[in-house]
Amino acid sequence: MISLTSPVKTRAHSWPAGLKLGALCLATMALFAAGDIAWHLGFAAFAVLLYALPGSLFMREGLRRLWALWPFVVLVVGWHLLTDDVTKGAVIALRMLTAVGLANLVTMTTTLRDMMGVVRWLLTPLRWLGVNTGAIEIAVALVIRFTPVLAEKGQMLAMAWRARSPRSVRWHIIAPFAVLAIDDADHVAEALRARGGLA
Amino acid sequence: MERSVTLIAMFAALIAALGLIPQFTLAFGVPITAQTLGVMLCGTVLGAWRGTLAVLLFLALVALGLPLLAGGRGGLGVFTSPTVGFLIGWPIAAFAAGLFMHLFRQIPVGLAAGIASVLGGIVVLYVFGIAGLMVVLDKTALEATALVSAFIPGDLIKAVLAGFITQGLARARPDALLSRA
Repeated sequence: MISLTSPVKTRAHSWPAGLKLGALCLATMALFAAGDIAWHLGFAAFAVLLYALPGSLFMREGLRRLWALWPFVVLVVGWHLLTDDVTKGAVIALRMLTAVGLANLVTMTTTLRDMMGVVRWLLTPLRWLGVNTGAIEIAVALVIRFTPVLAEKGQMLAMAWRARSPRSVRWHIIAPFAVLAIDDADHVAEALRARGGLA
Repeated sequence: MERSVTLIAMFAALIAALGLIPQFTLAFGVPITAQTLGVMLCGTVLGAWRGTLAVLLFLALVALGLPLLAGGRGGLGVFTSPTVGFLIGWPIAAFAAGLFMHLFRQIPVGLAAGIASVLGGIVVLYVFGIAGLMVVLDKTALEATALVSAFIPGDLIKAVLAGFITQGLARARPDALLSRA
């Protein structure tokens, strides 16, 4: 399964994932603590600089991901234009764009394996309490495997529907889709038990 | 243990797969997708705890950077966007739906699942969604409620579907209805 990590290698790819996530937490807190527009313009400029450093390809991809926020920017700025408080609208929009931009930056420069390393570290207290965290790691792997399989089965069901009905595919296929999913889950559980189980 | 883990993983994958159904966007950009239906089904089929774990697992994978949300979205950015309240509310909505499903065990499965989906997947979820909009967009509760109210009819339709689908599963695979076990 494709992850959202950028194929454009940057220096940040080699930085520890925990460090990047910690820095992101601090940056987000700072964004919500700051109220002055000058601060937010500075933060936004810094975020743009971080995107620009690895090159135009990386920056274009980053900006493309931020594009999804345009309806919210229009809404916030439009709302505050009507209420005659444009500065506040600009602060909210800049804070939102910078926060999402920085979070996307961490995602783009951190591999799934590194992220899993952080999750494993975060689960350490649960292991001390006797929780089987191996089951969580298996579950993660299963979701990554199940998702494309389910998507393919959904497409097959939709094709079968189209072959038999002049009406368009609607919710009717979701129940058999869920039945297939449950049957697959039962088969995999049986296979896991046959290989010694998760205990 | 193994069956619980595989069912939790499968329902997390089911939410992801339901995101592949084409979405349509209303009003100010919040996409209407079938993924909320998946969250409702987690609660009504798997029950409160397993349903919550399935949704948490799905959200963890989104946070890790997999593009599992509708429209191929994912990564940490979605947790700082205006719709973050809805994402935080998903596991609690699944828990509430599972809990209500258990509380309503005296009434027929389909009806119970429909009501549980309305209470969990709409009432509880919107409390969190509205709170998220209030924080990120700096709006009052009334303003944030006005922004999301256009989406309630679509979610009511999903709750009705969750009732029918849960009823169908109860007939086809009664053992899998862990919310009534």
